[in-house]
Order: sequence, then C-alpha cells, then structure tokens
Amino acid sequence: MKPSTFRRHFRESFKNLGRNAWMSFAAVSAVTVTLLLVGVFLTVLLNLNKVATDIENDVEVRVLIALETTDAEQQALEEQLKGLPEVDSVTYSSKEQELQNLIKDLGEDFGLFKQNNPLYDVYVVKTKQPEDTAKAAKKIQQLDHVEQAVYGEQKVDRLFNLLEMSRNIGFVLSLLLLFAAMFLISNTIRMTIFARRKEIEIMRLVGATNWFIRWPFLLEGMWLGLIGSILPIAAVAVGYSYVEDFIKGHTQGHFIQPLSYFPFIWQVSGIMLLIGAFIGIWGSFMAVRRFLKV
Amino acid sequence: MINMKGVTKKYPNGVTALQGIDVSIQQGEFVYVVGPSGAGKSTFIKMMYREEKPTSGRVIVNGTDLSKLKDSQVPKLRRQVGVVFQDFKLLPSLTAYENVAFALEAIEEKPAIIKKRVTEVLQLVGLKDKAKMLPSELSGGEQQRVSIARSIVNKPKVVIADEPTGNLDPDTAWDIVNIFEKINVQGTTIVMATHNRDIVNTIRRRVIAIEDGRIVRDEQRGDYGYEA
Repeated sequence: MKPSTFRRHFRESFKNLGRNAWMSFAAVSAVTVTLLLVGVFLTVLLNLNKVATDIENDVEVRVLIALETTDAEQQALEEQLKGLPEVDSVTYSSKEQELQNLIKDLGEDFGLFKQNNPLYDVYVVKTKQPEDTAKAAKKIQQLDHVEQAVYGEQKVDRLFNLLEMSRNIGFVLSLLLLFAAMFLISNTIRMTIFARRKEIEIMRLVGATNWFIRWPFLLEGMWLGLIGSILPIAAVAVGYSYVEDFIKGHTQGHFIQPLSYFPFIWQVSGIMLLIGAFIGIWGSFMAVRRFLKV
Repeated sequence: MINMKGVTKKYPNGVTALQGIDVSIQQGEFVYVVGPSGAGKSTFIKMMYREEKPTSGRVIVNGTDLSKLKDSQVPKLRRQVGVVFQDFKLLPSLTAYENVAFALEAIEEKPAIIKKRVTEVLQLVGLKDKAKMLPSELSGGEQQRVSIARSIVNKPKVVIADEPTGNLDPDTAWDIVNIFEKINVQGTTIVMATHNRDIVNTIRRRVIAIEDGRIVRDEQRGDYGYEA
C-alpha cells in the first residue's frame, strides 16, 4: 500500500467515527463493559495461577522419621532418599528446629511444647520436578523407619479444581460479552457503510479493489475497540495497585505472593488492548463482508 | 472490443431480461442502444461492466471473458471501462475536481498524475473554471459533464452510458452528446443507451434496438425508429 493511500484510509476512518458519533459511543461502551469484566477476570485468574504455581513449586515432601529410629538407620534412610531418581535435595531438620519454625510462624504460645516436644525429626525432601512429588512421596512412604511422608498435593488439587471452575465460568461469560461487543461494533460499522454506500458504489464502479474499500472500515473498527479498552485498562491499573498492596500486607514473608504490579500490569493492558482491537477489526470485517458480496 | 454470444439473463424473480443476444462492437465505434423501457437495455449495458452476470452465453470485453471472471478480478475490468449514469452518481460532499480525482485515488494512482489527469479532463469537458464547485452548485448538464470526466479520467478503452441525457433538457443533452463525440474521436468506444430520438436521428451512428430481451434491429447509421 502506498503511504498516500494509507494516510487516506486513516483520515477516512476518523471521519467516520465522528459521523456516527452516537453509534460509535454505543459500540465503545459495549467494548468498555466487556473489557472491564475480561480485565477483572484476567487479574483474578492470573493470580490464582500464580498461587497454584507457587504452591506447586514449593511442594516438598516432609518425611517424618519414626521415633525409635537409631542414628545408623537414620543414616541409611537418608542414603535411600538421596538415591531416589526424583529427589533433588534432602535436608535434615531436628524436632527442635521444627518447633522453632512453628513458634516463628504461629506465635509464642507454642513455646509450651518446649518441655515435651511432640514433633518428629524430619527430612525435607525436594523433588527435581514438581509433578514428581506425589510419586516420590508414595515411594518414600514404603521405606523403613518412615512414620509418614507429607506433601501438599491434595491442597494443590483442590486449588486446581477451583481454578478450573473459575476459569470456565469466566471464559463463558467473557465469550458471551465479546460476542455482544462484536455485534455492536459490527452494527456501528454497518451504519457507517450505509451512510457511505453511494461512495462505495462509485469506488467499485471505478475499479477500487475490495481491500481499498475495506481498509477504512477495519481501521474504524480498530479505533472503536482501542478507545473502548482505555477505561478498563485504567480501572485495572488503579484497582490492582490497591489490591496488590492489600494482599501483600497479609502475605508478607510467605512463599505465596500475588503477582507483582510490574510487569503484570503491562501484560494485562497489552492483552486487553489486543482483545479490544481484535473484536473491533473482526466486527467490522463481518459487517463489510456482507456488504461487499458481489 | 465487446462481444456477446448467446447471452441470456434470467433474474431470480423469474423475469427474463435478455434472450440469446449476439452482438459484436469494434474498437472506436459509437453505438446507440434504443428500445422501450423495460426491454432489457439496462441489463444489456450492465453485462458490459459486469454489474450483472449472464445466466448463459459469453460476454467478452477487451479480450476478457466476463462470464468466467472471478469477483476479485472485477476491479481490473472496471479500470478499462468508464461508466456514466442518468443520475450522475456524484458525491455531494466533494467538489467537481475531487469527484473526478476520487476515481484515480480509488485505484491508488500517484498524486502528481492525478493532478495532471484531472486538470486535463476537466478542460476537455469544459469545466476547468468550475473545478472547485460542489455538485449542488452546478447545473444538471454540468454535473453530467463532471461524471463524464470521471468516467474517462483513467483512460478507459470504452465508455458505457446508461441514458446520460435522460434528466437533461434538450439543449444540455446536445452538449453532453458533443462531449461523447469528442471522446469518441480520440478512439474511445462509446456505448450509449438513450431515449433521445433527436440525437439518434441527427448524429447518425450504429443503432442497436432491443425489444423483449432480443436485438430486433442492428443498423450502421440507423435511426431511432420509434414514435415519440
């Protein structure tokens, strides 16, 4: 395309926005509402994903060592653990250390147990791959002198179920709204086309290609989508900065953390801009397609 | 230049507009198409720039078989065929100059060439001084001259006119036909559907008469042949 042609398409697309100001406004509003929901949904979903990954990556197997185990047997157990193919590292933590951790996490009340420590000595086993954890835990359970092999799989499973469900609901909802927005954009563009049908008729008579006719409308649809994404992006950007602060205040020092503001906000904004532009272009493409059928 | 062989057109509503049309028009000819309203003149004309496709038969324009032409190839054909209508089909928001330039912009011609060509054709149709006026500020005849200028600005081999004088008074109609004559002298084929008996009987050219979708008469230097 020649630069002069491109400039022309650009100009035309802006002119059309102004010509059908009210329809443009309606279409932009539809995109705004849609993307607002998509934005909130994306934020929640991505954070749930992050939490799941955090837990998953942190999943370790805590091997409680049976109480009557001798030092030699314990040594042998450590060797066996290290010998498992899934295992990355094995760290020993005495019951005194375990109690210290507990007191640190949950408060001085647990200092009571210093007299009579009910905890086990523990091997903290980390696996090489998060998905190996369950397999490794099952194997470890079979070993001698193992009281119990504890791992967070069930917790993760439940979280994944929640994640799956919220993802499906959000997906269906967003899809419906996206269609509604596309339909409105498509209608707006159709109005524009209707207002310019004489112009298009003449363009076709003098031998303009379909793409030449199509371009200004596609651009117009894109503007509608992009303008519609401004407000949702701003809302998510401001909203998330508060939400992140709030959550961070409660999860300090914990291995589960919300997604940090940057680059998350760039990614979400980018996705929303893309969705806005896409539904705009697609909506107008559908409108023009019907019209340009020879 | 234009060849039709056994062209038949049936519209979806059952109307048969053309039945077995055979005709051949040579490069540089000036042809009147006459006949009563509803006889198929417009359909006949529309075949030539592929506004309509024949139900059966072949239409060949400038070596291209239009019955086989893909939709995507239609713009290419239209650039070789100029079209003029009874209702001018000008864009009301553009000046005379812009209306003519529009045809070249739409086919992405270079700005320098657009300027040169538009000035030339406005001169040819005698509207150089009114280039900056809007269609609403021009008389009917002047508007039709703008639309003729637009139809020839990309130097087509053939200009097809569907009752170009239908909305004009007799004097103005003569001006329009004189312009077509001028264009024809430069080698452009002209096909003109008309109801104007004075013109057909005065400027004697080939006349094709269509009735009930058939060519009933095809004479060199013919006359209008219908009572007014």
